[in-house]
Amino acid sequence: MMSFDLNQMGAARKLLVVIAFTALITGCAKGTKPDAEGAVDEGAAGAESGATVGTIGGDASFAGTALEGKVISYEKEAINDPNNVLSIKTIYFGFDSSEISETDVEVIKHHGKYLSLNSDASMRLEGHTDERGAREYNVALADRRAQAVKKLLLYQGASASQITIISYGEEKPAAFGHDEESWSLNRRAELVYE
Amino acid sequence: MEIKRWLLIAIVAVFSHTANAVLKIDITEGIEGATPIAVVPFKVDVRTGLKTDIAAIVSSDLARSGMFSPVAETDMIARPTSPVEVDYKTWRIAGVDHLVIGEVKSTGKDQYKVEFRLFNVYRGEQVLGYSFNSSRTHIRTTAHQISDLIFEKLTGLPGAFNSRIAYITSQRTKGKPIEYKLQVADTDGYNPQTLLTSKEPIMSPVWSPDGSKVAYVSFESGLSAIFSHDIRTGSREKIASFKGINSSPAWSPDGKKMAMTLSKDGNPDIYIMTLDNKKLRRMTSHWAIDTEAAWMPDSQSIVFTSSRSGKPQIYSLSLNSGARPKRLTFDGKYNANASVSADGKVITFVHGGNNSYRIATMDLENRSMQILTQGPLDESPDFAPNGTMIMFASVDKGKAVLAAVSTDGRHKHRLALSDGEVREPSWAAKRY
Repeated sequence: MMSFDLNQMGAARKLLVVIAFTALITGCAKGTKPDAEGAVDEGAAGAESGATVGTIGGDASFAGTALEGKVISYEKEAINDPNNVLSIKTIYFGFDSSEISETDVEVIKHHGKYLSLNSDASMRLEGHTDERGAREYNVALADRRAQAVKKLLLYQGASASQITIISYGEEKPAAFGHDEESWSLNRRAELVYE
Repeated sequence: MEIKRWLLIAIVAVFSHTANAVLKIDITEGIEGATPIAVVPFKVDVRTGLKTDIAAIVSSDLARSGMFSPVAETDMIARPTSPVEVDYKTWRIAGVDHLVIGEVKSTGKDQYKVEFRLFNVYRGEQVLGYSFNSSRTHIRTTAHQISDLIFEKLTGLPGAFNSRIAYITSQRTKGKPIEYKLQVADTDGYNPQTLLTSKEPIMSPVWSPDGSKVAYVSFESGLSAIFSHDIRTGSREKIASFKGINSSPAWSPDGKKMAMTLSKDGNPDIYIMTLDNKKLRRMTSHWAIDTEAAWMPDSQSIVFTSSRSGKPQIYSLSLNSGARPKRLTFDGKYNANASVSADGKVITFVHGGNNSYRIATMDLENRSMQILTQGPLDESPDFAPNGTMIMFASVDKGKAVLAAVSTDGRHKHRLALSDGEVREPSWAAKRY
């Protein structure tokens, strides 16, 4: 239907935006890159902790830095502006994890604020996983990822009635390879405005 | 090698006429130690006009079990079709333990009588003989029935050939959404029929115990829902479409209840629904993921996957109220999606570790685990009804295929679509 029909190119482009954006905030390229390179197994918690960002000095400095590359505004049409921070609509995760990196927390906060200021806006929140492991466990894992995002949206004043969660597990990959490059693009939550 | 070549020839010959994409079978590992058997091409009355090679179907069935090594038709030293033509001595010299012969007679338009006999070559005697009424549309079923009878006579175990499998296919065409299909087919992949086609995912197909229905999860409405689909009438019923996930349906052994995973109360937990009144009983209540329930054959307990220890592991849970889950797997950091053997003695599941996901079994009595496959992306294991094989999904050369492994791990075969991907096999306990 919508952006979950991303082809690999589209997803890769989004990823680049996220990385560039993160680099702007943190001054290093570690940030929200979906995962560490190479083999990720049960030790993915390590990759997650590698994504911790230590230098965001509150909302003001965050906004200031982001403005260099991304516009922050919550006008109704802001979600369609490719330069707006709300254009970041994919959140990536570590293997078997529903933890959200600090940088992505900031991105989600902007979406929460948008929803709270635009009460007629509604969102499909889609949870996805990579292909590894059991399919039904992955549906449950994807649900937890989407729930984690939803919690942050509600925290910003979004209403539960604005958000519909759908958990696809590994059934709708964004990238089709059987390697870490594709897996890191597939462990995601997508925020789809309807 | 010989068997593999022979099978390929036979399969190309019979499968090339169907319009629906058919699963192609390849024996990939382990034919040594199997019992040599010769299934001689049946004598066919020309008036039947029958083209189907019953002997080839029976040979293919027996070869897939891993317990038999059928003689290639081209290597047969003789072609007897009646008992008087059987010369035991020549078959003994050829090292063949068992011999099957048969005949198809016409009994009317597209109606046949099919007879077969099984001989023990060393004892020099017939050990089994049957006659069936069959027809053009039922001839493959008759062939699988013959396979089941031979298998049971020679192994003491019920055959599982005359049954069906269900599975999901997905076809990705450039510039188009993925097309998902729920299909059912004979256990040799022949006669595929599509129960549902969708642009949204279909998953978790599972047979009712009597083989008349398939339950599955469909996202066709944009949200997940569990359906029960009657394969004879094509009618279906929406069983669960709660807020949140509706996942992992599992029929109780009597077919009257269904275990499922729902997150309607905030978190993925296991519930049991009584199907005639849709009443739900919540079985787990934990902040972690609980999912993938499978019933023990006595209906007194289930096994399921839970991440309550931090990583997915298999647990068992008595259905008596107040019971607490017991952890079954401790080896490795990822054990999920258990399926239970029909005798309740063994479970099979996905065992992950070192970036590889493989199919393993555990003996529930002594808790010993055995890894049966190589990975790296094996999943969805399901026991054959007689417990001799496990069918599962795998990725082979970048493509999703079905595969089967004998429970001793020695024999493997693969079922692949020439076009598109196939996954989530479920093997019916019987053919309805």
